[in-house]
Amino acid sequence: MTTRIGVVTFPGSLDDSDARRAVRIAGAEPVALWHRDGDLRRQQVDAVVLPGGFSYGDYLRCGAIARFSPIMEAVVEQAKAGMPVLGICNGFQVLCETHLLPGALTRNDHLHFVCRDQRLRVENAETVWTADYAGGQEIVVPLKNGEGGYVADERTLDELEGEGRVVVRYLGGNPNGSRRDIAGITNGAGNVVGLMPHPEHAVEALTGPTTDGLGFFTSALKKLVAS
Amino acid sequence: MSSHPLDTVKHAEQTPDTALPWAELGLKEDEYDRVREILGRRPTGAELAMYSVMWSEHCSYKSSKVHLRQFGEKAPTEGPGAEAMLVGIGEQAGVVDVGQGYAVTFKVESHNHPSYVEPYQGAATGIGGIVRDIIAMGARPVAVMDPLRFGAAEHPDTKRVLPGVVAGIGGYGNCLGLPNIGGEVVFDPCYQGNPLVNALCVGVMKHEDIHLAKAAGTGNKVVLYGARTGGDGIGGASILASETFDAEKPSKRPAVQVGDPFQEKLLIECTLEAFHADLVVGIQDLGAAGLSCATSELASNGSGGMQVELDTVPLRDSSLSPEEILMSESQERMCAVVEPDKVDRFLEICEKWEVTATVVGEVTDGDRLEIFWHGEKIVDVDPRTVAHEGPVYERPYARPDWQDALQADDPAELPRPANGEELRAAALALAGSPNQAAKSWITDQYDRYVLGDTVLAQPEDSGMIRIDAETGLGVAVATDGNGRYAKLDPYEGARLALAESYRNVAATGARPLAVTDCLNFGSPEDPAAMWQFAEACRGLADACRELGTPVTGGNVSLYNQTGEAAIHPTPVVGVLGVIDDVARRTPMAFRDEGHLVYLLGDTREEFGGSAWSQVAHGHLGGRPPRADLERERLLAEILISASRDGMVDAAHDVSDGGVVQALAESCLKGGKGARIVVPDGLDPFVFLFSESQGRALVAVPRSEEVRFTDMCAARGLPAARIGVVDGEALEVQGQFSLPLAELRRHHEGTIPELFG
Repeated sequence: MTTRIGVVTFPGSLDDSDARRAVRIAGAEPVALWHRDGDLRRQQVDAVVLPGGFSYGDYLRCGAIARFSPIMEAVVEQAKAGMPVLGICNGFQVLCETHLLPGALTRNDHLHFVCRDQRLRVENAETVWTADYAGGQEIVVPLKNGEGGYVADERTLDELEGEGRVVVRYLGGNPNGSRRDIAGITNGAGNVVGLMPHPEHAVEALTGPTTDGLGFFTSALKKLVAS
Repeated sequence: MSSHPLDTVKHAEQTPDTALPWAELGLKEDEYDRVREILGRRPTGAELAMYSVMWSEHCSYKSSKVHLRQFGEKAPTEGPGAEAMLVGIGEQAGVVDVGQGYAVTFKVESHNHPSYVEPYQGAATGIGGIVRDIIAMGARPVAVMDPLRFGAAEHPDTKRVLPGVVAGIGGYGNCLGLPNIGGEVVFDPCYQGNPLVNALCVGVMKHEDIHLAKAAGTGNKVVLYGARTGGDGIGGASILASETFDAEKPSKRPAVQVGDPFQEKLLIECTLEAFHADLVVGIQDLGAAGLSCATSELASNGSGGMQVELDTVPLRDSSLSPEEILMSESQERMCAVVEPDKVDRFLEICEKWEVTATVVGEVTDGDRLEIFWHGEKIVDVDPRTVAHEGPVYERPYARPDWQDALQADDPAELPRPANGEELRAAALALAGSPNQAAKSWITDQYDRYVLGDTVLAQPEDSGMIRIDAETGLGVAVATDGNGRYAKLDPYEGARLALAESYRNVAATGARPLAVTDCLNFGSPEDPAAMWQFAEACRGLADACRELGTPVTGGNVSLYNQTGEAAIHPTPVVGVLGVIDDVARRTPMAFRDEGHLVYLLGDTREEFGGSAWSQVAHGHLGGRPPRADLERERLLAEILISASRDGMVDAAHDVSDGGVVQALAESCLKGGKGARIVVPDGLDPFVFLFSESQGRALVAVPRSEEVRFTDMCAARGLPAARIGVVDGEALEVQGQFSLPLAELRRHHEGTIPELFG
């Protein structure tokens, strides 16, 4: 049976088709999920990606409204039961709003939207979404956001560091004022990962700066096939 | 509630002598007389509002029409461009066949005046408007670009306008999810009070999905969907409402519209879903002149009859008068004509996307556009007289008396760098000058990745988008328009704008097919500005015929003038090209050491309007470089063949700043230096800084050298081997060496220092 990875579309999701393409290139079957349909079981998805974009325009606070959609109830429930969930950019913001991940994303410290090819170090290569990387591996994937500054209180940050839950860290200059150069984190179980950079935009040499992002999707696929 | 009695058609008939504020609404006396003559009575307030805005320069093209006709009359009748035309001028955007069953629509428009008043919203809603034009054709928007012109980079007001415009383009485009793949940023004091904010959008569809704006079929419903109608963007109508009918009303609302990109994103998805379900007969976006424009154009393009119940229009502000509702330019609204038995499904799709949709009227079998307010008729017009049969002017034009003196002021007299050290300093100054400096501080605020099909984006010569992942079919788009050249000679300037844009598309390996233009000029009431406009139209039409690339549509922006000071005439020309396989694209970067650098084309001593004359001397005079379109065509053939057959690894158009600037850009992009030799018989300064047209740099792998030079020789294109990609400096032998790190500091530091 092929592995089915769902990609949620909220009103205002933008990188949903890109995430589906990345899933396909990785070898899994992408499944388009609509935000109003909370029945994940019927869709038979093995994992879920929350894509980038500006859900509901992000006028209130990024991800603040999307978290109340029917599908997020189901995603939270399944994530707690161990289903792999990846939140990219706006998806990371939604994961923080639902408290599946700690902390929050704030306006970039320089106050501008930034789109650039970002160097990252994979700090934790043991999550469901990063197992295909080597610990400490350096990768380059696009970063594009206006509100990507990761913040949390010192105790939480220390906890994340202490438990090895910082998944990726910015290299070559902090692009948005994130605390401790944090670009992405995971939950304690390692099945939920959120990050601001866009691995789904680095899966083809033709359209991305590298193909370094593909590992996120192949990692999850391998775990799912193995289990 | 309005305190004045409703100005119905009946009321207008009964009170023929009531004075109306036609002059305040921008109508001329003879225009107002003509409205009365058409109607056989005085217009109602609502009718006056419609005519005044639809007969404005912006909507009616009344001053430019007689010149724009040439684009149709002189359009090429054969060749790939002519054969590819599916929909031409007159629709919301032109449509071009790009093969494999795909069609591409693209258009550039201006949002100049609003962007000066309110840079963020002006620029943002400029994107919104052009995107809706593309959706209305049935296409999915796939990319945007922004040709921008600002006042002097160091001027304090530029620090207000530029960051606002850039944030607005980013804020709207990024949230809408369209990659921004190119455009231009040019500074010149002539744009100080009149910045140019043009926006281009490209859309893709299958041939069978092309939709035109027309309301056919008696009984079909008119559905207004998208944002609710508010009081923003009411120009003339607020004068009408506040000064004539109701002096008690609150103050005028903002004349610049406010954009909501999230609503626009929903509008895209909802419209395309309705198209694909075959639920739409005709569609029109609401832009300038709002409902007045949409209803009159839809009706006029169909059988002519339409009835609209204006009180069904969903409002943000319940105190709006019917005139204001007709005039409102609230953003993110569209109007569709839907068969009665498909209305429910149409509304369901709108509901799915949480888009407000309301049936506001229906198509009738008559030939009148009738609009009702609480059951009373307030508009009864022949829609063609509103939408298409407005006034047409033959404005007087005359070559300005200063033109001769300007052309006589030859840059040959200017002091030139005399030795290697001075050439080096001139090259550095050029690379770091605001116009030639890297624009990444600006373009990094735009998302170029979203949708995942961006193959090339700024600062490449053209932006390139993949449109079919299976076959690799793609399109390339570039925009250019050098106002300095056009000031020296508007006829030649327009031809040069096309030449450069055409060359930029070919440099990436795509075959140029079609043109869109945004003609930015001063006041049509000034004979000198009108002469510039007439000359530029003539030049562009001639050049399009010679290159076989028809104009598919575009936009005219006049009155870019503060007092007596008009902007440089600035015809911005966008060229669309097609490439069979985007994997074959040619980027601009020198990537591999050992590749040979060739200069294609002829270098003459041409410095009129050049970047060097501006940077070194603040000079503008003489004649612009000569446009040789036969040469451009040949150069393009060579660049396309070289791309297709894998003969070149990089190509970069030579334009502003000449060879030295092009070399600097290709070196910096690839992080590789080059060793360059001045060709025999050429003065080093002329070789490095002249802006002769029809030239490009290419990097040729040694294994391909013979094949490439044989091809150039066989087709008669001069190709001079000028050096090799090597090292970490741009070195011109016997003259100077510029380490890339130093060059990069100059090139990339300028814009962040000014605006960061």
